[in-house]
Amino acid sequence: MEVAQQDVLTAPEEKAGIELSGSAALLEALLVEGVDTIFGYPGGAIMPIYDALYDYKEKLNHILVRHEQGGIHAGQGYARSSGKVGVVFATSGPGATNLVTGLADAQIDSTPLVCITGQVFAHLLGTDAFQETDVINITTPVTKWNYQVTDAEEIPEAIAKAFYIARTGRPGPVLIDITKNAQIQKFNFKGYTPCNHIRSYRPKPIVRPQFIEQAAKVINEAKKPFILWGQGVLLGSAEQEFKAFVEKSGIPAAWTILGAGAIPTDHPLNVGMLGMHGNYGPNVLTNECDVLIAIGMRFDDRVTGRLDKYAKQAKVIHLDIDPAEIDKNVKTHVPVWGDCKETLPLLTNLVEAKQHTEWLAKFNEFTRQEVEAVIDAELHPTSGEMTMGEVVDQLNNLTNGDAIIVTDVGQHQMVGCRYAKFNKTRSNITSGGLGTMGFALPAAIGAKFGAQESTVVAIIGDGGFQMTLQELGTIMQSGVDVKIIILNNRFLGMVRQWQELFNERRYSFVDIQSPDFVQVAKGYGIAGKCIKEREELQSSLKEMLDHKGSFLLEVFVTKENNVFPMVPQGCSVSEIRLK
Amino acid sequence: MSTELNKNDINSKVLPTGEDLGGARQEFNITVYTENQIGLLNRIAIIFTRRKINIDSLNTSPSEIESIHRFNIVITETEEVVRKVCRQIEKQVEVLKVYYHTNADIIWQEMALYKVPADVIAEKASVERLLRENGARAVVIRKDYIVFETTGHREETDNLISVLQPFGLIEFVRSARIAIIKDSDGFNRKLREFEQDQPGEDVNENEYLNQGQKVFTM
Repeated sequence: MEVAQQDVLTAPEEKAGIELSGSAALLEALLVEGVDTIFGYPGGAIMPIYDALYDYKEKLNHILVRHEQGGIHAGQGYARSSGKVGVVFATSGPGATNLVTGLADAQIDSTPLVCITGQVFAHLLGTDAFQETDVINITTPVTKWNYQVTDAEEIPEAIAKAFYIARTGRPGPVLIDITKNAQIQKFNFKGYTPCNHIRSYRPKPIVRPQFIEQAAKVINEAKKPFILWGQGVLLGSAEQEFKAFVEKSGIPAAWTILGAGAIPTDHPLNVGMLGMHGNYGPNVLTNECDVLIAIGMRFDDRVTGRLDKYAKQAKVIHLDIDPAEIDKNVKTHVPVWGDCKETLPLLTNLVEAKQHTEWLAKFNEFTRQEVEAVIDAELHPTSGEMTMGEVVDQLNNLTNGDAIIVTDVGQHQMVGCRYAKFNKTRSNITSGGLGTMGFALPAAIGAKFGAQESTVVAIIGDGGFQMTLQELGTIMQSGVDVKIIILNNRFLGMVRQWQELFNERRYSFVDIQSPDFVQVAKGYGIAGKCIKEREELQSSLKEMLDHKGSFLLEVFVTKENNVFPMVPQGCSVSEIRLK
Repeated sequence: MSTELNKNDINSKVLPTGEDLGGARQEFNITVYTENQIGLLNRIAIIFTRRKINIDSLNTSPSEIESIHRFNIVITETEEVVRKVCRQIEKQVEVLKVYYHTNADIIWQEMALYKVPADVIAEKASVERLLRENGARAVVIRKDYIVFETTGHREETDNLISVLQPFGLIEFVRSARIAIIKDSDGFNRKLREFEQDQPGEDVNENEYLNQGQKVFTM
């Protein structure tokens, strides 16, 4: 799938080329690839590139982050909100190793990134030179592709391949390590052509009509079909195709957290969230449906619970662009290999227009039970301390589901994903597969640069915020407008919840202390407010959203609330607990 | 690309799915056609180490096509695991194609070298019979030692170890397994498909981007 537009510029006549440094060639390549924003941090081994960047300040907006991990999470946020490739610069050694968490996060969440790292001079490779690290080998397991450039002449081709590989097929992070000599070296630059074919790499499997027909037949015969969709729908820009399929087939559809927003929260066939803290109906009825149609999702263990008790009664149809996902966790009866933007319309053509009224009513009945047992108390408490859910609910009332919500990892993430309203695609940004605490603040910065017209609200816990709070400096310096809500429960809440439920309340190192976040923000010139009373909530959220520029709102919430429903680890999805 | 169901043709994405491949662990021979790229060996090896699978044997060599490399990897696993691993390998950008086979599907050989003290072996053994019975030959004959070589299956090379051990075997080494696939008609046709598969416009490869009129110039 093409997730970024390509500017293919062709020169009017043949040119002999011009003398250019490797660094300048790199920046020229970025311009042709349509890059407008770079997140980075300079250092010794990447200095020639930064020197060249000095002359490109007008064309390439470089955001100086405070830590390379912040840089790469910002790149991820940018890629997720814009659909384009995120670009990150870092120096060799510690600069490069600081990218590793973000690379792993982007790899598991299929986020297209091109990371450029500086490297020591080629003649110093392998000598334990200052700030030398074997970046290629360190990053091999966490990149879709990586490559070390030691000669400037390789740069155009390496960058072209990097962008092509990062954004096509199942997207992912690519790292290009460029030795200092290659950055400095002058060569005869003959121009830059984006890459669109690598013979050993086929980003999209060939669509096979026989499987589409087979899938349609199974769907048409189904009495209780159920759709699970994931981020593949977004990555393939197939939201319209997906909606058409859901609406024609009339099949209830539930989402993985990275799939949220492909169709609006309020859509009548959107029956909610899957997984460990997902909604009641989608989990229970997974084990009751007769046909399971998985679209662009990978049956993560947080979605499936215990595999040998997962949807055993159902025929499974799996649409995925990555052939390695088919049969990886759940056995497939009908594999539909391909880009869902291409396969979904073919399938929609063949399925009968139906309404599964009774079956859908079952989901609604489970929703009613869940509202009664869990949701009401979470969203509309009348006494006691505030809950995370009511903060998100009040936020919905003000944003009406049009904001980009960036969540960190933990209880607030589950609450955020469960209760935030998503009217638009690409508006839920979170660290799904890797569960990287500290993701949200830098990712929100990147998300704003990737979607300037949108309101970006980062919802973060008191623990996660302290993992990357140095990026407040990036907000200060770049002037980016990010709204930050810290849901402070004075605990590492999710671990505490597990300790309460499964470790007899042995609260082992989860009572985390925090600084005065508002004062910290103030130190960075960022406005802020801390509230503890329900009466202040709505007006404070409004104040935050109306504020010109970034704003940090710290909300004290109940210390020991648990996120429910919950599928305990090792249990089947149908054993989901409401309390 | 052909549409017939072919078990070996992983890339054609028409593997029968949903079936239980559990089965018993046995030796599987994985053949990987790749570009010749630094770092690719590591990229392939970590797919096994990540799942804590031991690589019994690994050989890299040129293939029937110039510039295309061929890996022969042997692991002992269930077919289900082997298939998953093969798909992960084939996903790598520089991997063209992966096949897996049982020992029955291939012709395979391993080569072994044995160094023994010349005086002992000359005095105590009937060297000629020993060579004949074990299909071995002497590669080097020196005053102080002799190096024998034999090629065959594991039992055969193992057998010669026990034969030579009493004569003071000094050194032994065995190569990785190399294998030819019985029902393969080579990789040429497949490669041509890959080279033509969805090439955009006229650009086939970005070979230093020296294609005059297609080139962006500042």
